[in-house]
Amino acid sequence: MAATKIHAIYTDDDLLMQAVKQTRAANYHISEVFTPFPVHGLDHAVGLAPTRIAITSFIYGLVGLAVAVLMMNYMMIQDWPQNIGGKPSFTFYQNMPAFIPIMFELTVFFAGHLMVITFYMRSKLWPFKKAENPDPRTTDDHFLMEVDADNHDVEKLTKFLYDTGASEISLIENEHDH
Amino acid sequence: MSSHYEAPIREPLVLGEKSYHDISVDVGAPVLGKANKSWWIVFTIALIAFLWGLGCIIYTISTGIGVWGLNKTIGWAWDITNFVWWVGIGHAGTLISAVLLLFRQKWRMAVNRSAEAMTIFAVVQAGLFPIIHMGRPWLAYWVLPIPNQFGSLWVNFNSPLLWDVFAISTYLSISLVFWWTGLLPDFAMIRDRTESPFQKKIYGILSFGWSGRVKDWQRFEEVSLVLAGLATPLVLSVHTIVSFDFATSVVPGWHSTIYPPYFVAGAIFSGFAMVQTLLIIMRKVSNLESYITVLHIEYMNKVILLTGGIVTVAYAIEFFIGWYSGVPYENYTYLSFGAATGPYWWAFWALITCNFIVPLSLWIKKLRRNIMYTFFVALIINIGMWFERFDIIVVNISKDRLTSSWAMFQPTFVDIGTFMGTIGFFFVLFLLYARTFPVIAQAEVKTILKSSGESFKRLRAEHGDDASHVQTVEEYPADAGPAANVEGKHFNTVFDDSTDEESENNEVDFELHRGKIDNLLSGVGIFDPAVHKQDDLKKINGVGPVMEQKLHQLGIFTFEQVSRMTDREYDLLDEIISEFPGRAKRDDWAGQALILKNKK
Repeated sequence: MAATKIHAIYTDDDLLMQAVKQTRAANYHISEVFTPFPVHGLDHAVGLAPTRIAITSFIYGLVGLAVAVLMMNYMMIQDWPQNIGGKPSFTFYQNMPAFIPIMFELTVFFAGHLMVITFYMRSKLWPFKKAENPDPRTTDDHFLMEVDADNHDVEKLTKFLYDTGASEISLIENEHDH
Repeated sequence: MSSHYEAPIREPLVLGEKSYHDISVDVGAPVLGKANKSWWIVFTIALIAFLWGLGCIIYTISTGIGVWGLNKTIGWAWDITNFVWWVGIGHAGTLISAVLLLFRQKWRMAVNRSAEAMTIFAVVQAGLFPIIHMGRPWLAYWVLPIPNQFGSLWVNFNSPLLWDVFAISTYLSISLVFWWTGLLPDFAMIRDRTESPFQKKIYGILSFGWSGRVKDWQRFEEVSLVLAGLATPLVLSVHTIVSFDFATSVVPGWHSTIYPPYFVAGAIFSGFAMVQTLLIIMRKVSNLESYITVLHIEYMNKVILLTGGIVTVAYAIEFFIGWYSGVPYENYTYLSFGAATGPYWWAFWALITCNFIVPLSLWIKKLRRNIMYTFFVALIINIGMWFERFDIIVVNISKDRLTSSWAMFQPTFVDIGTFMGTIGFFFVLFLLYARTFPVIAQAEVKTILKSSGESFKRLRAEHGDDASHVQTVEEYPADAGPAANVEGKHFNTVFDDSTDEESENNEVDFELHRGKIDNLLSGVGIFDPAVHKQDDLKKINGVGPVMEQKLHQLGIFTFEQVSRMTDREYDLLDEIISEFPGRAKRDDWAGQALILKNKK
């Protein structure tokens, strides 16, 4: 199905916020918004669900902690217990005070790195990935709102977007839906 | 809109009449422009120092660490001094980007990028020293807990030196991804602004295809917040663990429970001093005075005052406890009467002068806001914090329990060369960074422009807090692609009235300005369609389709004509086209046109 979109460009973040609210109120579907910087409250205005990435980070942190405990228990207690500076090595529990720094470091290491990797995967960011912002000015000072124009009267929609303060409006016909 | 409200009593963090576009231009300028002579001179000096250091390192590794000035009493000296000094410097970056983010301090946005870069480069230098000190650095992988050919011989997880391995590598790698994630939108800005296909390719790769979708930004902000939450205890843990290298031993002067908090405060103290040293130069060289203001410098001076105060209290406690314990060995520790009057008296007094007496002057507001003076104090603190580590290591072990083995340390040229080499390496990295990276987190600065920008603060003062920040909208049809609002294509009736008005407004009043137009054209030259070719004036920043149309009406069609504009022509242009006064001069149309003309 050919997807018809309208790209409306705004030159101000407050104007964009207002336009997003008006567009949603008029029951048009905003399929994407491109902004040069994080506009406070925009995700809420567009109607995005809150991100769950912090939860993944917590889980990764627990994994890191588990890795640290299992690793040090195996190496220092099970495989080759040694008397080092008189620190007790008979059980993991007794030797644990000396393991706390590394338990902490590995928790942070796993929580931080795996969360960032998750972020890059979910947002499709990696080297040699082609940028997909339709207008290069959206990384500078312009704000682009993409509105679904299928099943809508393009003229009416255009007029509507014009009235929300869009400085440029263009019709995009895509062969494939993305 | 009142959502951008900030108390008027707060000083602006972005000076001048800046728009979002101006921020992109200012931050992109050092990357997109050419390096000046002073950059090359400093870079060459740094490179020579680096190569000298590299030679010393190769000599050390190929001959052995006997080439250093170590003796049987003093088995740790400059190597670990330099290691701790560099790690300490590497603490300010994460403090600025993580702790200040959690405290929602807006001023961190102008300085965090460079502070994090400094952190990463400093930790790289720090990491060199333990590796060289191993003596056989090709076996450095033995510090990792990996299966090996000796059966079940694992690394010793009870040892603070191994904790260091984990702490420093976690810190370096987490700082790196924190830094890089923040860089993505700014690399994307450079990618979309540059004209050169090579730069477009490089910054396209570096930006990981960042597009700035609203969902990306939502995740970006969450990731930054969580990373800040993780990095804050991390940064405290790193120097705590470095201090454990000393505190868990039984050497008098090292075996001290106040080491962890005292080392962390000292690290932040020295890190901020290094940030000041670098940024005071960079704001000047890269023309970033509007973003890194005196206010930023004052804030950092206040952090220096606080952490310097903590360090001073720790010195006092160490000195007191050394005396109060009544143990004679404690009288030779680095903070004791014995140290102040003994053979290392100069190192003791260098520490007291540089870290305690000189920074006290920052209590005076005039000095705190004086840029030259701040630079001077920052240099002094850098030196003082090096002496602190030197004193802790060398002074403490120079007089051990056996009087017959008391000794002094004499650095060899290899010790000195290696240290100078790391300074050179650090500056090589930082100078390359300053030329190729967006040195200010421009996307973040744009978010605070309306609340903390000078011009917006002034607007609020003049028009009240509820004045709209919505700027005048320049309305014109999109010049590429199928445009929905091109008259006659999708609509004939809806816009009829407004488009007529538009085109009328766009007309230049020829009758009124006849004399001025002739005057203007006499300055820039007349366009002759027979010999000249028309240029796309929209390539000049600040010239949109409407402005281009107006310039065409005046008879200006080529870059050559625009490049001949001087102040006289700018003024004439402002008088003829009154909508954008001062715009042409501010954006330096003539300069831009000259570049575009030569590129043709």
